[in-house]
Amino acid sequence: MGNIVKRTHAVGAAVLAGLTALALAACGSDNNNATAGSGSSATSGSGATSAGPAISGTFSGAGSSAQQQAMQAWIAAEQQKNSGLTINYDPAGSGAGRQQFLAGGVAWAGSDAAMSADELTQSQKVCGPDGAWDIPVYVSPIAVAYNLKGVSSLNLAPATVAKIFTGAITTWNDPAIAADNPGVTLPSTKITPVHRSDKSGTTNNFTDYLNKAAGDVWTNAKADAWPLNGGDSAQGTSGVAGVLSSTDGAVAYIDDSGVPQGINVAALKVGSAWNKPSADGASAVVNASPLASGRPANDIVVSIDRKASASGDYPLLMVSYAIACSSYSDSAKGNFVKSFLGYVVSDAGQKAGAQAAGSAPLTGALAQKAAASVSAIKVG
Amino acid sequence: MSRVFRWAATAAGVLLLVVLAAVAVFLLIRGWAAITASDATLQSEGNLPPGAHNLAGYIGPLIFGTLIAAALALVMATPVAVGIALFVSHYAPRRVAGAVGFVIDLLAAIPSVVFGLWGAQILAPRIAPLWQWVADVLSVIPGVTVRATATGRSMATTALVLAIMILPIITAVSREVFKQTPHLHQEAALALGATRWEVIRMAVLPFGRSGVVSAAMLGLGRALGETMAVLMVLSTSSGTGYSFQIFDSGVLQTIAANIAAKFPDSSGLAVNTLIATGLALFVITMAVNMLARWIVSRRNEFSGAN
Repeated sequence: MGNIVKRTHAVGAAVLAGLTALALAACGSDNNNATAGSGSSATSGSGATSAGPAISGTFSGAGSSAQQQAMQAWIAAEQQKNSGLTINYDPAGSGAGRQQFLAGGVAWAGSDAAMSADELTQSQKVCGPDGAWDIPVYVSPIAVAYNLKGVSSLNLAPATVAKIFTGAITTWNDPAIAADNPGVTLPSTKITPVHRSDKSGTTNNFTDYLNKAAGDVWTNAKADAWPLNGGDSAQGTSGVAGVLSSTDGAVAYIDDSGVPQGINVAALKVGSAWNKPSADGASAVVNASPLASGRPANDIVVSIDRKASASGDYPLLMVSYAIACSSYSDSAKGNFVKSFLGYVVSDAGQKAGAQAAGSAPLTGALAQKAAASVSAIKVG
Repeated sequence: MSRVFRWAATAAGVLLLVVLAAVAVFLLIRGWAAITASDATLQSEGNLPPGAHNLAGYIGPLIFGTLIAAALALVMATPVAVGIALFVSHYAPRRVAGAVGFVIDLLAAIPSVVFGLWGAQILAPRIAPLWQWVADVLSVIPGVTVRATATGRSMATTALVLAIMILPIITAVSREVFKQTPHLHQEAALALGATRWEVIRMAVLPFGRSGVVSAAMLGLGRALGETMAVLMVLSTSSGTGYSFQIFDSGVLQTIAANIAAKFPDSSGLAVNTLIATGLALFVITMAVNMLARWIVSRRNEFSGAN
């Protein structure tokens, strides 16, 4: 008898405990975003752009998943310099990053696309009258990679790429591909083009490239989401890489750092030459490209020249940005952002990023402009 | 003590209803903006895929894809599950039955992301030639063209993965129901000279029918809401349209996978639109469960619920 009473008691206690936990969980709902990311320490730095030893606290950024590999290297280096500093980066996607930044949830955002005019206006709410700035931090070539037995080198003109991805060409021995590859024996394998199923900066830059370099075949405007119906798709760079590896006849656009082992990369027609993706080729195109017009000073947005044709150029590339406020009223946060982004755009930071992610380092005038923009951030 | 326990139990019951209501209210409130928005606003800010001109044009194909995935999975899983359940309850020696039951329960403990990885990386490339063959055979029928993708990332593969995922729950419930078949019925059948198969056909299956139906509905509920596996295995449709090309890629998409794929990069009205599709899924799942309840309650001699 005593036993039964005891057991009932225990069950009752367990039910009560469960209820309490649920009730607590219900109370703590909703505004997770708002609390993340504000600096928790009162210590502030000297305001120098780099190597200031006095930065400490916990700060958060969010956004582009393309930047993630480079970001890990940057964060590791910055945290090593400042022992009291913790930096979190959530690779939630460019759109999510911009949204959290505009809501004041994160200190800075990583984004594969520059802010729209609308977002620039919105940014005045969190950043004051001068709004936020786009600062280029990460340049990476995008490869057109293919899996085709017996073909280890392939040339593709932009129009041919466009025809493959619109489905106008369906087999690898199509005359259009053969014309780009004289002397190469092409099999009659079915072409399986693979695109990203999620929204992505890679898709945005690829469609922009097709639209500008092969406008007569590819009529859709650039977009984060794949604009056509049908076809094979996969989630994220790793998803696309998986499908590429396992399917004979597959072809996909993919960040150059994400091309899986054993998969070949096509050379694209640039001017009259055939160029494979390279960091140098991407850097050269970015440096020769004009800045987007009609944007505030220190808001550095590259208008990539997709028709670049100098020797070695590779115009299928992506420029990814850090979005930061023009001025921070919270001086701990401001000093952190200034110091961190100062390192990211510096020579050392760009080299570290290139080593970690195979990206193209910022060089020349653009690197200087990015650095000038970071040091123009006002603190306090 | 007894009173405290009674109140605690009541509170637990009420809490369940409150949570359910809270979910429904959340879906309604956050989805309302998309439901009431004009078609023009939806198109400019709601992030509708190419080809969709209003909310119905967006949600309709998603519901269609969700139902096809779940229905195919159910058709594949239920006969196998009933077979396993009968084997365990009536054919297998006790020790083997225990082992098979254990393995089935283990299958239920595998997280869906593992099924997704397996489906995308192992199953899809290997099963693609089979689907291609099936498609070619079906295409022989005059007037029918069945396309198949070389990657295997089609609805057929997805439904197969889903079928394996819902197998354990259907099997477990069916097994329990079959085990409860009154021994007197079975012995009476045997006494009349029935074979093992006739006993199952005349005593076990009629007794367990409503239980199997409710088991299948439980499985259907899981298949309807499954997200991760679909997201990883299926080449999703980026646009709209209704299609029965289950061996082709990029023609179908499910609600849950669509939300997971689109949410990270959505903002404003686009989020409301996604939540409105979630509301549609909520309603469908509820309808399925109510249907199952109704079927079970129609046969009062046995109810899976008690």
